[in-house]
Amino acid sequence: MDVVDQAVEALRAQMRDAIPAVESFRGETTVVVRREAIGQACRILRDDPSLSFNLLAALTAVDYWPEEPRFAVVYELYSIGHQAFLRLRAPLSGSGAEIPSIESIFPNANWHEREVFDMFGITFTGNSDLRRILMPFDWVGHPLRKDYPLGYEEVQFSFNHEEIDRRKPYARE
Amino acid sequence: MTQKPFEVTLDELKHLVSERALEGETMLLNMGPQHPSTHGVLRLLLELDGERVVNCIPDIGFLHTGIEKNMEAKTYTQALVMTDRTDYLNTVGNNLVYCLAVEKLVDLDVPLRAQSIRVILTELQRIASHLVWLATHALDLAAMSVFLYCFRERELILDILEICSGQRMMTSYIRPGGLWRDVPAEFEPAVRQFLRVFPSRIDQYERLLTKNPLFVDRTRGIAVVSGEDAIRWGLTGPSLRGSGPDFDLRKANPYCGYEQYDFDVPLGAHGDVYDRYVVRMEEMRQSLRIVQQALDRLPSGPFRSDNRKFVPPPRSELAQSMEALIHHFKLWTEGFPAPKGAVYVAAESPRGELGCYLEGDGGPRPYRVHFRTPSFAHLQALPILAKGHLVADLVAIIGSLDIVLGDADR
Repeated sequence: MDVVDQAVEALRAQMRDAIPAVESFRGETTVVVRREAIGQACRILRDDPSLSFNLLAALTAVDYWPEEPRFAVVYELYSIGHQAFLRLRAPLSGSGAEIPSIESIFPNANWHEREVFDMFGITFTGNSDLRRILMPFDWVGHPLRKDYPLGYEEVQFSFNHEEIDRRKPYARE
Repeated sequence: MTQKPFEVTLDELKHLVSERALEGETMLLNMGPQHPSTHGVLRLLLELDGERVVNCIPDIGFLHTGIEKNMEAKTYTQALVMTDRTDYLNTVGNNLVYCLAVEKLVDLDVPLRAQSIRVILTELQRIASHLVWLATHALDLAAMSVFLYCFRERELILDILEICSGQRMMTSYIRPGGLWRDVPAEFEPAVRQFLRVFPSRIDQYERLLTKNPLFVDRTRGIAVVSGEDAIRWGLTGPSLRGSGPDFDLRKANPYCGYEQYDFDVPLGAHGDVYDRYVVRMEEMRQSLRIVQQALDRLPSGPFRSDNRKFVPPPRSELAQSMEALIHHFKLWTEGFPAPKGAVYVAAESPRGELGCYLEGDGGPRPYRVHFRTPSFAHLQALPILAKGHLVADLVAIIGSLDIVLGDADR
């Protein structure tokens, strides 16, 4: 039995209620985890010597607005010893988008969680340094949300020159 | 949006700097976004005790162009063009990861000839990227002549890319289903000429640097990181292999037929800046081996999949076949639909693990694209690596991590 199946079995055995589903698509396995249990799941996967998923390869989120649950935080774990990827997925609702941070388990989750906070507005409780990382520090809004506009700049032709000029931010004298 | 005066107070960063900074014992220095040694628009807030770095706070986002959000508004083929612009020194590799993800999502097979040519171009791009790394790293450490030698060799590779795709850097040559067009006749002689010429050039760089006491003095024992620490901090690629762990995605999870090529993965012993240098130099030689094997065994055949639902038909067919015309029309106006589902494909970029998380929603546009970029992941470890070193060593450390800010910010 390969290590991904072993991992799913171990998670199911130790966290029965917190694993609503396990999906398989194109040869990849995704374990859906309840958000409170994400720390426990990561700890089991990292510390069990037969599993040893010791590298957090990626941490990102997807916005399904206007569907509920609105967000899904996606964790991509990799086992260097067994050369296998495993995905964890934690659905979050749009109101109260909070999830415990896994920075204490995988220290490199820090910046990834900051990026998800910056782009989606999901709060990672327990992250030591939760502030914006890619957008300027005083930016309002979370750009990768589906209700955030793509934001084109309106072309300034001669017929709308004054109208756009009024709205355009200029440097102060 | 109102224009407020731009003010950063210490309050926001109080949790990051030590108490000595708040009392004024250590100095907070800004190594600003415009700096010749930060390899792009990277801003570092240094807390210095004399010249020793007590803490280093990276501030990124100056090159953030919203590529991931922009890709959601384009079809899969249009979005491919944006992938070149994330890591602009590994453009072929970016295209490759994205195309592998799209092909996995829609379950599209790529013919063997296209896979071999993809491997050749990816390895040449790896050499080109390592040449820029070596040039800028050496330049930061005041070995200025190495810079122009490396860029002279890089011109040979950029000429090869221009032969294939007409573009030196943002090639978009690797497309879902295969390649944009078959390699022209001048490709093979050019690559063979490069393979003849390049090994002696690597020897030249090594003669200049590897046993040079000035270079060794500035890089030995700097920013030593153990294998376990490197994994904990998410380092991958040469930055990880310099510390020992044998993890190369080309060997661990092979793609594009890498399992058929014979090559070694160099590993370092100490995990300092010098070992990361040695690992990358040796990687250049191993890339030459791979290109040699791939070119010798280059299979003949089609250069892209013939699944017309995803790959456009050749233009000559449009005059003869109604189905070809319809396929062409559908692909150009609407694009091809991808199923609902998510895939994650990781490839070995010159910097480390470059991953593409792609989620489709049944429509012609990606629902979510996320690039797990090695530079973003490695910059996180910079404060840990730089603690206790001099500012001059910090420049060497940034060089050894081989970051590209387009990669970090997207």
